[in-house]
Amino acid sequence: MDKQTILEALGTVKDPEIPALSLVELGMIEAIRFDYPAYVEVEMLPTFTACPALELMRLQIHHTLKQLGFEQIRVVINREKQWSTDRLSDEAREKLRRFGLAPPPKNTKDAPLLIAQCPKCGSTNTILKNPFGPTLCRAIYFCQDCSETFEQFKPV
Amino acid sequence: MKPELKSALIDLVFRLGDDDFILGHRHSEWIGIGPILEEDIAFSSMAQDEIGHAEAYYQLLHEHFQLPDPDTLGFERPWQEFRCAHLVEYPNKDYAFSLVRHFLYDHAEHIRLQALQKQDVFKPLKELAKRLLREEKYHVFHANTWIVQLSNGSEEARVRLQTALDEAYPMALALFEPNEHEKTLVEAKVLPSENELQKEWLRAIQKVLEQTPLKLPENPQWEMHKGGRVGKHTPHLEAIIEEMTEVRRLDPQAEW
Repeated sequence: MDKQTILEALGTVKDPEIPALSLVELGMIEAIRFDYPAYVEVEMLPTFTACPALELMRLQIHHTLKQLGFEQIRVVINREKQWSTDRLSDEAREKLRRFGLAPPPKNTKDAPLLIAQCPKCGSTNTILKNPFGPTLCRAIYFCQDCSETFEQFKPV
Repeated sequence: MKPELKSALIDLVFRLGDDDFILGHRHSEWIGIGPILEEDIAFSSMAQDEIGHAEAYYQLLHEHFQLPDPDTLGFERPWQEFRCAHLVEYPNKDYAFSLVRHFLYDHAEHIRLQALQKQDVFKPLKELAKRLLREEKYHVFHANTWIVQLSNGSEEARVRLQTALDEAYPMALALFEPNEHEKTLVEAKVLPSENELQKEWLRAIQKVLEQTPLKLPENPQWEMHKGGRVGKHTPHLEAIIEEMTEVRRLDPQAEW
């Protein structure tokens, strides 16, 4: 058993609200400690504080690690370190775009919601319709070029 | 940690958590009946945020001060033990009141959290403040956008918002009512005084109100709105807690 195998297994666990990305791609896995097959501990960073999917993801991680043959499994939440959408890789951003969700812009700070690129036509001639959407992590926009209503993964 | 600092921190975290918890529930009352679909979604999302934030504050109390778990703190405390301000207790009334309250409240929370992310006395609260600020900025953004747009719209909108501001502003001033732990928190450099925070908040809301025809009421009377921080509440709090805990009280041991 090596770390890569564990990471690959965790790569099959998706965020139920962003099914295009795995927890690994979201940058939610902070550390893995293990001694196969006796023990494994996965440390994860919570995304949005009130995200209801966290508990479900925790159970899914547990299930995945059990299938790898681990006996004692701990999934701990690290509340000290800050998760941010800047942890998403370029590859993860491209996956989001193909899924139809505008990826979160990087390093936005003061005007976080004023930039959004339409995932369908690539135009930035877009307007914000609502800083809140169907889940806490999404905002709703309208593309003035291709008339598509789309959602953006909110930068935090 | 000195016992008086410990009690002051516990009291502070209860104030933060209880405000979010009760306002979150008020916001949730818009689910399904918002004036337009977008606002239905916005208030539902903010409700989810605020209740999640309250849980995070209660979790802090549970982990660091050996208090009961978040569900017990939220749903099993008698209303007299809540430390929320009167502002969050009042029923929604109409959309204008809800919007203005959310505007006044989220600016206040923003300022308090900005101060808390700078302190180093209680690290877990510092980290939590940083995390919550990144989410709260969307609340402030939402409130500012609608306050500016609607008040510059029709005369009816302006009148409704002005009426709501006249009513909610004195209550909002009492978010910063002086309290017995204030001196301890100031001396330990956890927070500036309530008076200073209030001034800073006033500057922040005035910056937005300058872009609108709305006027802050002159000589606001806020003495009657004080008391929330010491457990003297409006009758609305008992009623809302009664409602929030109704299902849980049927079977407190139930597994969900």
